[in-house]
Amino acid sequence: MDLHLDPQQRAFRAEVRQFFKDNLPDRVRQKVIKGGYPEYQDMVDWTRVMHAKGWATPQWPKALGGTGWSPVELAIFDDESQAAGAPQMLPFGVNMLGPVLYTFGSKEQQEKYLPRIARLDDWWCQGFSEPGAGSDLASLKTAARREGDEFIVNGQKTWTTMAQYADWIFCLVRTDPDSLKPGGKRQEGISFLLIDMKTKGITVRPIQTIDGGVEVNEVFFDDVRVPAENLVGQLNKGWDYAKFLLGNERNGIARVGATKEKLRRIRALAQTSQIGAAPMSENRRFMERLTEAEIDLKALEVTQWRVLARSGARHGKPDPASSILKIKGSQLQQTATDLAVALAGPYAAVGKSDQSGDNLGPIGPEWAATSAPVYFNYRKVSIYGGSNEIQRNIIAKAILGF
Amino acid sequence: MDFDLNEDQRLLKDTLVRFFKDNYSFEQRKQAMAMAGGWSQDVWKQLAELGFTGLLAPEAAGGFNGGQVEAMVAMEAMGEALLVEPLFVSALLGGFLLRQCPASAQISQLEAAMVGGTARLAVAFMEAEAPLDGAHVTTSARTEGGKVVLNGAKTLVLHGDSATHIIVSARHAGTPGSHHGIGLYLVEGDAAGLRRRGYATQDGQRAAELNFHETPAHVLNPEAYATIAKAIDFGMACICVEAVGAMSALHAMTVDYLKIRKQFGLPIGAFQVLQHRAVDMLVALEQARSLALVAMFAIDEKDAARRHRTVAAAKVQVARSGKFVGEEAIQLHGGIGMTMEYAAGHYFKRLKMIDVQWGDGDHHLAELARGPNLLEDETLG
Repeated sequence: MDLHLDPQQRAFRAEVRQFFKDNLPDRVRQKVIKGGYPEYQDMVDWTRVMHAKGWATPQWPKALGGTGWSPVELAIFDDESQAAGAPQMLPFGVNMLGPVLYTFGSKEQQEKYLPRIARLDDWWCQGFSEPGAGSDLASLKTAARREGDEFIVNGQKTWTTMAQYADWIFCLVRTDPDSLKPGGKRQEGISFLLIDMKTKGITVRPIQTIDGGVEVNEVFFDDVRVPAENLVGQLNKGWDYAKFLLGNERNGIARVGATKEKLRRIRALAQTSQIGAAPMSENRRFMERLTEAEIDLKALEVTQWRVLARSGARHGKPDPASSILKIKGSQLQQTATDLAVALAGPYAAVGKSDQSGDNLGPIGPEWAATSAPVYFNYRKVSIYGGSNEIQRNIIAKAILGF
Repeated sequence: MDFDLNEDQRLLKDTLVRFFKDNYSFEQRKQAMAMAGGWSQDVWKQLAELGFTGLLAPEAAGGFNGGQVEAMVAMEAMGEALLVEPLFVSALLGGFLLRQCPASAQISQLEAAMVGGTARLAVAFMEAEAPLDGAHVTTSARTEGGKVVLNGAKTLVLHGDSATHIIVSARHAGTPGSHHGIGLYLVEGDAAGLRRRGYATQDGQRAAELNFHETPAHVLNPEAYATIAKAIDFGMACICVEAVGAMSALHAMTVDYLKIRKQFGLPIGAFQVLQHRAVDMLVALEQARSLALVAMFAIDEKDAARRHRTVAAAKVQVARSGKFVGEEAIQLHGGIGMTMEYAAGHYFKRLKMIDVQWGDGDHHLAELARGPNLLEDETLG
């Protein structure tokens, strides 16, 4: 038993840390740490920097542009990248579709799409959830009917993150309508389809979320014609690929590095932020809440390493213990955003100024303006990626044996 | 980075777990607690035969020469078994202290007697005015004609009623609170002028109030504040691990109960609301396990302030998790959780008493909140 990184891992961590320090523009870093989404162009630019370094798709097989890092190194990389405030590579291409394609896709699909994912030449979005199919994803209804060399797609997807920028969408579609009938096996009538967002019949409608921002959308499909060659793997086997994809999605979900940086920033700001008679660092209740979050995060960091060490022995199969990381990690991300609101105090209330483009400066501390929107926005983290209730179901069944 | 036990450590764990399984059932524990003195001499003898009374003692004394990992393995098993015999305070806390003191023939003899099971140590640091402050020492140590005598009182001394030897902190210089002038002294259980008032604690352990009146003692370490602080951190890390063992056993028994207890024609574990509560208990348990582990490994940390921060953080986490797991376990058991005839309540009581020992969660949280930032300490260096 030994809780230390070995010298090689420590050197790796130092190298990664230094790279982010030298290459990440401060403007982007500030935006990410405050919890906002980086702009489209920032994402593309940063992906190109990472791609040039060979780090855009670290977990992919080496032959396809991966780094060959061990699971421990991958986790160190994730933590450092989050703590540095680096934008994460767009997960829909790199973490979700990429592994599905190189595991189940045809050679043509791999050659066509993977290099473009790695450079963010194509922006992908995820077409899984529907208005009637959220946690119960297998009840999805968007239909794809085969006609000659094409599928004709009709239906609706929702909560489609950043579809407004997307060139492509990967969708779960119902290819066997009988599977939805009573007695049918719902999971066995689903296929995995790649659809060009420029195709006629696709409409994207933005959904404004409670933070006031737009990062999710509804996507409507009205007789959308998709070449049959865009089917991934076998017809009606899409559920297997989706399960594989969702298993990968839980990696890195604890977001320890990102929350660490948020809490570090809050502790630093508390020294100078004053909303009462003394700086917030003198407010015992606030400082104890902050410290409690720091302690919980420190524990989560170790829990994450323990799960990782265990998962190594599972040969890459999804580990139900990663659901513990999702639950605790999302709770702590939310706690950090709540603490930021408390720190901003009354200035958390300030919204967008009527006079846009003026040079009057921010109202209240500059960092305070994003605190409430980010707090509102972060309620999402216990809902997406398999809601925390679904994670509890997974643990109840797979670990506790209920 | 490696979270696995080596072969010797696994063997140690298996031996201890099997011993408790075969010889320390809930009923056997209850019988032990009913004996004179509140624990079983037979169990103690068996623990000595297996070598556990000398867990941290050096090989030269016939001991196991264990370190933090061995301490962790033992504490976790003791937590699962709810051991009431004085193994923690004697073999672990006492054993640790002896190894921190300058070597002497007297210590070697004592260690050999501990290995054989004939000597049992207690550790008397706390005083009533400020039990959580290891520097608040008013008990005096006076040297006359080459001999040391102690005067004063110590409180909440675990197993102080039956110990054959007591390690006492006492002051030969300075004023209460100052780190300078505190020594460690060894007092024999039958020493003149030692009065002991024993009592049972809420969780079925034993403790004593001690009074010293011109009581003869031997110097172990004349300038010992740093050692005392380190030993308290070690003790805290130990009971954090013990709490993890207790939580783990309590959680497992709660999950089992949910699967067998039927109401409305169904095992109540079929209800999602109860499943999710059992899951949240598991999350709390695993978080506590993570920091208890880190605390134990922090004991060797050279920077004493950093060591203490790490241990205190674990104590806070264990307090939070222990309260949650304990209270939920009683609630999910329903009425049966309330009875003395069932183990769940005993785990719950032990968890609560671990919380209040050496400062509860709020005590350490308040201290840590003053900074510096815990997250600046690399958890895995």
